[in-house]
Amino acid sequence: MKKLFAVLMVAVMLMSCAAVLAEAPLKIAVIGPFTGGADIYGKACKWGAEVARDEINAKGGLQIELIELDDVHDPETSINAYFTAIDQGAQMIDGTTTTGPCLAVSAQAFEDRMFMLTPSASNDGVVADKDNMYQVCFQDPQMGIIPADMIKENGMGTKVAIIYNVSDDYSTTIYQSFKAEAAKIGLEIVSETSFIEGDADYSTQVLKAKEAGADLVFLPIYYGPASLILRAAKDIGYAPVFFGVDGMDGILTLENFDTSLAEGVILLTPFSAYDTDEAVVNFVQKYTAISENGVLPNQFAADSYDAIYALYQASVNAGITGETSYQDACELLIKQFAEMEFSGLTGTMRWDETGAVNKLPAAYVIKDGSYVPYGN
Amino acid sequence: MRKMKRTTVDAIISYGIVTIAFIIAQSMINNGAMTRALKGQMIPICVYIVMAVSLNLVVGISGELSLGHAGFMSIGAFTGAIVSTWLLGAMNVQNTTVRLITALVSGGILAGAAGALIGIPVLRLRGDYLAIVTLAFGEIIRSILNCLYFSLDNGQLYVSFNSPDIPGKLIVSGPAGTKAIKTISTFPAGFVLILIALFVVLNLINSRSGRAIMASRDNRIAAEAMGVNVTKYKMMAFVTSAFLAGMAGALYGLNFSTFTAAKFKFDTSILVLVFVVLGGIGNIWGSVIAATLLTVLPELLRAFSDYRMLVYAIVLILVMLATNNPTIRSLIVRMKNSVQQKDGIHQAQGGTER
Repeated sequence: MKKLFAVLMVAVMLMSCAAVLAEAPLKIAVIGPFTGGADIYGKACKWGAEVARDEINAKGGLQIELIELDDVHDPETSINAYFTAIDQGAQMIDGTTTTGPCLAVSAQAFEDRMFMLTPSASNDGVVADKDNMYQVCFQDPQMGIIPADMIKENGMGTKVAIIYNVSDDYSTTIYQSFKAEAAKIGLEIVSETSFIEGDADYSTQVLKAKEAGADLVFLPIYYGPASLILRAAKDIGYAPVFFGVDGMDGILTLENFDTSLAEGVILLTPFSAYDTDEAVVNFVQKYTAISENGVLPNQFAADSYDAIYALYQASVNAGITGETSYQDACELLIKQFAEMEFSGLTGTMRWDETGAVNKLPAAYVIKDGSYVPYGN
Repeated sequence: MRKMKRTTVDAIISYGIVTIAFIIAQSMINNGAMTRALKGQMIPICVYIVMAVSLNLVVGISGELSLGHAGFMSIGAFTGAIVSTWLLGAMNVQNTTVRLITALVSGGILAGAAGALIGIPVLRLRGDYLAIVTLAFGEIIRSILNCLYFSLDNGQLYVSFNSPDIPGKLIVSGPAGTKAIKTISTFPAGFVLILIALFVVLNLINSRSGRAIMASRDNRIAAEAMGVNVTKYKMMAFVTSAFLAGMAGALYGLNFSTFTAAKFKFDTSILVLVFVVLGGIGNIWGSVIAATLLTVLPELLRAFSDYRMLVYAIVLILVMLATNNPTIRSLIVRMKNSVQQKDGIHQAQGGTER
């Protein structure tokens, strides 16, 4: 026993020597909900980041080490995770995945001068007044304005019903911006109903939309409740056009969900795993190899993959190494992000001075259990 | 020299241990010996200790199961955030200590008032019914806070329900919670708050009112027959508890630049109840230790990654089993007895557990 222990100790010492000899890797913390109700987003970000890390490390040169920390979609836990990341030597952050925790962590990171690039926290408050905070995803208000314009221009519907989650900021913000834009462009809204987190029955909301004669239902919500709404509509034989935003992405991967219900649903997302583009095919292949049960990547995964590459590109350009302190790295990255152009899976992006991203969204229709670009 | 009462000695020991723990933690922070992760948890620990101590007053001393304690915490948190921002924006009070104290006190007062309002109907109920109604009230408070919008414009405070269309800069924005609050909570302030909570609760327990509260708990009919106004004393415990929870909430709210009403849902009430039950119902000192350990534990279990909360639950079960094991319990009682005999205090012991 003692001998075994001694051998082990020697092995550990040798390994730590080897680690010192090799150049220190760039340490990027990935913070998101890997467990709990929002785990599908956190895990997607984690796996997306891992694919990017493996590709970059295989190239040689600057190596990347990920520090993966679970925050259970809770701001308090997320702050704890953030401090743990600092303790473990993180130099920059790919995160946090969800908006609520990101608002809390970004305020702390702003004080500490830690650079953050969130793949998916879409609230405009996340980047507001913080020079060290950038986004890969679209901001919520845009997710209300773009669909309203699209519906009007393409004549997808004339009478619109909205069902939104009043207890969720993401949903409420999109609802408000959609309503404001609809009023501006003269799109008629005939029914507005809401629900709160955890509701299980949506028949009232769907019935109200039907009675109001809506031919399009706008769903600025996450796919969980959306799946139940689709089921409720089917039950009463109501078949309008359903229009979702980026929160709808992932509905086809929901467990025990009858995907035929989602047939014809339109959604707005910057990424589709069903694209035949070479980069996307390559990413999907590597992603499904490491994801649980080979689940397909959603836009969160692609955003996080892009986030790691964007951080890598900026770090290489700015000459940041594993030795740079996070405060120094922060100032260097801010300069890079202000002027760099980055092209990734979710499009070619530039960032404005607030930290918000400029890229093009695309609408997809769900057809035969897969996404097809709208209009094709 | 007059010999001090045993309760006084106990109280002094409690304050002493808390003070020593604070001095050790503070010096570790000053020397940089504490990790960022632990340092960041210091204020939440203080908050949860005060929450647990105050809930123990209701659950342990007054004997009523309350499942809506997080509701009072949320009132304190939102009040604290609004008051602090208003003092800075409208009154131009730059001194953070003044702002923190005002925020804590006003958070406590509003939560206490809500406690009184809720207590009137609730405390007429008993047992399970009371538990369910407190749960409902906790949810009502949270749902209302979820729809409130507050803003500050030229020193004027605006409120609206369900609509963000109010002039000026939003302080509280419905489901998005508070926005960009200046974080002014400090660890020493948390320490002082714990001392205040301990002082209030221990003194209340050992007063005439405290004995009336416990008498009502042990036998309501007998207490009523003796002329004790049961509802009044239960109300006293309930409002005091709500007041302390409000102060804890204000400290919590001012520790994060943003927080949402969703934080104060049923889970948080249960979490605090777990602290109380695990520390021993009616055992104030146990609440302090349980709250500290269980707040730090999830971070310490990070090594288990995805199984973290599973391990956390297993630890909870093991602690419960261990503390309720008759062998271990009798061991503790025996140890207590031998210590007390050494002090020359003879007490009829035996089945002291309730």
